[in-house]
Amino acid sequence: MTRATLVRANLGRHKRRTILTVLGLGIALFLFVTLQTFLHTLRSIGDIGSETHLVVTNKLGIVFPLPMAYRARLQAMEGVESVGYASWFGGIYQDPSNFFANFAVDPEYLAMYPEIVVSPEHREAFMADRTGAIVGVRLMERFGWQVGQTVTLQGTIYPGNHDFTIRGVYSAGRKGFDETSLFFHHRYLEEIARNQGMDGVVGWYVLKVTDPNQAAAIAQAVDEAYENSASPTRAQTEKAFNLSFIGMYGNIGFFLNAIGMAVVFAILMVSANTMAMSARERFSEIAVLKTLGFTDGDVLRIVVAEAAWIVGLGLALGLGGAVLLFNVMDFDMGGFAPGLSVSPGVALGAFGIGLLIATASAAIPAMQAARLKVTDALRYVA
Amino acid sequence: MPLVEVRDVRKVYRRDTVEVPVLDGLNLDIEQGEFLALMGPSGSGKSTLLNLLAGLDSPTSGSIRVGGEEISSMKPKRLAAWRARHVGFVFQMYNLIPVLTALQNVELPLLLTPLNKKQRREHAETALRIVGLEERMHHFPRQLSGGQEQRVAIARAIVTDPTLILADEPTGDLDAKSAEEILDLLGRLNAEYGKTIVMVTHDPHAAERAGRTLHLEKGVLVGDGARPVAAGAGAVSGAGAGAGAAGGEEGAR
Ligand SMILES: Nc1ncnc2c1ncn2[C@@H]1O[C@H](COP(=O)(O)OP(=O)(O)OP(=O)(O)O)[C@@H](O)[C@H]1O
Ligand SMILES: [Mg+2]
Repeated sequence: MTRATLVRANLGRHKRRTILTVLGLGIALFLFVTLQTFLHTLRSIGDIGSETHLVVTNKLGIVFPLPMAYRARLQAMEGVESVGYASWFGGIYQDPSNFFANFAVDPEYLAMYPEIVVSPEHREAFMADRTGAIVGVRLMERFGWQVGQTVTLQGTIYPGNHDFTIRGVYSAGRKGFDETSLFFHHRYLEEIARNQGMDGVVGWYVLKVTDPNQAAAIAQAVDEAYENSASPTRAQTEKAFNLSFIGMYGNIGFFLNAIGMAVVFAILMVSANTMAMSARERFSEIAVLKTLGFTDGDVLRIVVAEAAWIVGLGLALGLGGAVLLFNVMDFDMGGFAPGLSVSPGVALGAFGIGLLIATASAAIPAMQAARLKVTDALRYVA
Repeated sequence: MPLVEVRDVRKVYRRDTVEVPVLDGLNLDIEQGEFLALMGPSGSGKSTLLNLLAGLDSPTSGSIRVGGEEISSMKPKRLAAWRARHVGFVFQMYNLIPVLTALQNVELPLLLTPLNKKQRREHAETALRIVGLEERMHHFPRQLSGGQEQRVAIARAIVTDPTLILADEPTGDLDAKSAEEILDLLGRLNAEYGKTIVMVTHDPHAAERAGRTLHLEKGVLVGDGARPVAAGAGAVSGAGAGAGAAGGEEGAR
């Protein structure tokens, strides 16, 4: 028999209540960690965008193309190191629910992204095949694809079935970078487009600039150059471009967060109250302990130990569960949110909340117990 | 020198603005090894006095010395340590911790001593043996009868070998036979182990077990050692008192 025996016995007093409290805390903390991780990842997409890359789109929006003829002029501009371009293909693999990003890129485009890591052999094989494709490693896993396999995508913008041969697999050179896309040769897209009278255009250009400090000035020069053309442009840094994309998600994220946090704190309050209550129910026992010579400090330590156990188990469940799910098992919400990973900051936040709950739920009854006059408490019982 | 010296103790409770004087200049000496019974009508302040002796409460004025130590002015923390060392308290309602076994309940006060785990267990087993419950040591309170629970509570009170055993109506909630067993036990602790015991009781029959009986009336003690008073009270209420249930005086609140 030690003090720990007493703590354990108290926890086992109402087993179901203890379990439910732990579960409640676990779910609340899991929700907290998941929400924060999701938002954190969303925000970090904005950070991924490079300051040395300018994205040039049609001023009317990303869905409107730009003439391919712009390439030469962009390349010739002051401060531009290289120009790549890409077009959204929008192909469907078997079923629309199998959604993933697939687009046509020119060799320059791939060269601009060191994050897209492909082995030299794969790159060579890809370059040598007119209908070749490079596929993200997660996408390969998702559909169980093999290198050398031919996959057929059903066109949405470009009608018909189109075959691609997987020649290479890429992985992300940096955590958080997407690994679920399919790239293929822009030349192949032009072939397809030519047959359908839609050639001569690209989706967007990416300019690599020599000096990031000049990026804003170059962007302005680009837009001015095409201001009065049939297809005016909108040039912005890749970072700004990404942010405009997630802006919509960002708003959803804000509401998600607000609602989620309200739920989290409601559950936390209920749990804290339950813990405080179960200490309060035992005031007569606490009075007995004090009669035996236990000090207020002793009682505080016992109450805190109980709260620490419950919160600790809740944390193990909630935070541990989230870390296991996102960091170890790489759960991506069915491809919707790849690269989710609980950051140390979010984990620390969960710990902080746990500490707060433990403190709050232990402090209140401990304070009441300290104020409690043994003689009054015992009179109440008798 | 007496073991316990109570001098001019006043205890006034405040109820909102009204002051309720309960003890009013009370004096009392208790010798080492004495078995003292405290009687008196309900609300006369018996529990109040016992709580003061236990250091659970402090007097409004006056002095209480136990073993030469002034306890009425001790700070709460010091008082708690003093209590752990010197007082064994027995409650009317036993007040065992329901989630701990008999043995664990008895070990509880030993957590505040420097004894190690093994010694704590040995001491607790010894105490349970003295009260005759060594066979029930792994039972939980709800698996014990009232009398057995009270014996466990007494084991808990004696396990630290305290200077004073204070019992507030220890038989008040028990049937006649169990009450008798508890009284036998207390008598034995006094006679065989030389324990100093102060017992509050409503039952004159129980009070007869004590070496001395005091009556608390209107804030002071009367009939110090005066057997005739105790006998008289016993005669008045004895008719319906049965073999020990709290039938005398005004009964329980
Ligand atoms: N904490 C308190 N606050 C206010 N009044 C109190 C308090 N404790 C006791 N009293 C009052 O003091 C008086 C004495 O109470 P006490 O419990 O000492 O009586 P008692 O002799 O033990 O009675 P009983 O035989 O019913 O147990 C009573 O009038 C009671 O109402
Ligand atoms: Mg009383």
